[in-house]
Amino acid sequence: MDTPAVHGADGLLGEVEQAETALREAADRSLTGVAESLVAATPLRDARAVFEAVIEADQKIEPRDLMPDEYRKGLVRQIAQHAHSEIIGMQPEGNWITRAPSLRRKAILLAKVQDEAGHGLYLYAAAETLGVSREELTDALLSGRQKYSSIFNYPTLTWADMGAIGWLVDGAAIVNQVPLCRCSYGPYARAMIRICKEESFHQRQGYQSLYVLAQGTPQQRRMAQDAVDRWWYPSLAMFGPPDTESTHSAQSMAWKIKRFSNDDLRQRFVDMCVPQAEILGLTLPDPDLRWNEERGHYDFTEPDFDELMRVVKGDGPCNRQRMAHRRRAHEEGAWVREAAAAHALKGLR
Amino acid sequence: MTSDPLWEVFVRPRRGLSHTHVGSLHAPDEVMALRHARDLYTRRQEGVSIWVVPASAITASSPDEKDSFFDPAADKIYRHPTFYELPEGVQHL
Repeated sequence: MDTPAVHGADGLLGEVEQAETALREAADRSLTGVAESLVAATPLRDARAVFEAVIEADQKIEPRDLMPDEYRKGLVRQIAQHAHSEIIGMQPEGNWITRAPSLRRKAILLAKVQDEAGHGLYLYAAAETLGVSREELTDALLSGRQKYSSIFNYPTLTWADMGAIGWLVDGAAIVNQVPLCRCSYGPYARAMIRICKEESFHQRQGYQSLYVLAQGTPQQRRMAQDAVDRWWYPSLAMFGPPDTESTHSAQSMAWKIKRFSNDDLRQRFVDMCVPQAEILGLTLPDPDLRWNEERGHYDFTEPDFDELMRVVKGDGPCNRQRMAHRRRAHEEGAWVREAAAAHALKGLR
Repeated sequence: MTSDPLWEVFVRPRRGLSHTHVGSLHAPDEVMALRHARDLYTRRQEGVSIWVVPASAITASSPDEKDSFFDPAADKIYRHPTFYELPEGVQHL
């Protein structure tokens, strides 16, 4: 089956490569003394000034460096939410593993869900370098104190949802995450580089799967269109509230945790998706979607941000189901953890 | 619930390269740590050999004392070949 190239994916993957190169180059500059000399020249060894100087020089903050408490807390919140999203994100797709239409699709879906578990673990490990423990993080998720992405509170009703999720949900995640490869916190940036490289397979398999359906029987085509219709606006909402209402953005930008605003990233995503949808031969469910010559971007209808807030607060279609499933899996897995710990103790004797 | 111990993971990407730190994970013992490391860090043939080391067994120099700790090397520029000016025309040196 010939699949048309996904426009934009190469560009984003290129940015991941560039971020990785920049990370190495920053480390080399450090060798020749840029940040080190700044650190040495700072009078009174003012920790805050050293921190700002390292950020200013586009160097990475590393785990045992002194850092402002708000920086540490903000990062823990963001990385933890990201990790929880990967873990909860296994559920909507796990729902279809046993019903995949072929062994090939089943193997692909299994590999993707396994990647998501892996991404969750890279991110938990990055969060732990900031002094928070794994059990605190697990507990914060299970008790609902920390959130995960609202997108995973929508149901996966048909097989075509696997395609739409790969294309739109993973596509939006990549647009969001590629700039994080340049985040000022070293462990997070390195985890994101690894994650983004792996995510590009997720997006492509979804697009290809959807393309096959769109070229199939009228019924398969309708199923593909229906999935796109349902996932489009929730995917747009993944970029968060509009800039005017975003609470954490300004400080995050100043500390180079975040590099672009929510609205800029959302626009970028829309601009990428429109030509991709044309190649699929499917329509995006927005009658006001059209090219704006003046702006050089597509005009589009914003997602329903009230709905986003409702879902974030726990009132989406699947919030309760997702949390109940995660708690049950954790409780029912307790005996495995206990047995492994008992076995490890036996080895010590 | 208490977590399993933390392990640092080092992977040799190919023959001829040294093991490089790739991240960390929790596991009850070294056998499980190795298996988890394989599943977590080499899903795409990223390595030909893995080391796992209990994080508690690593002694690290502290960034706070970076200056005093590494200072002794800073003023010994004569340890680098570029310190030495050579007479014109000398080759293979």
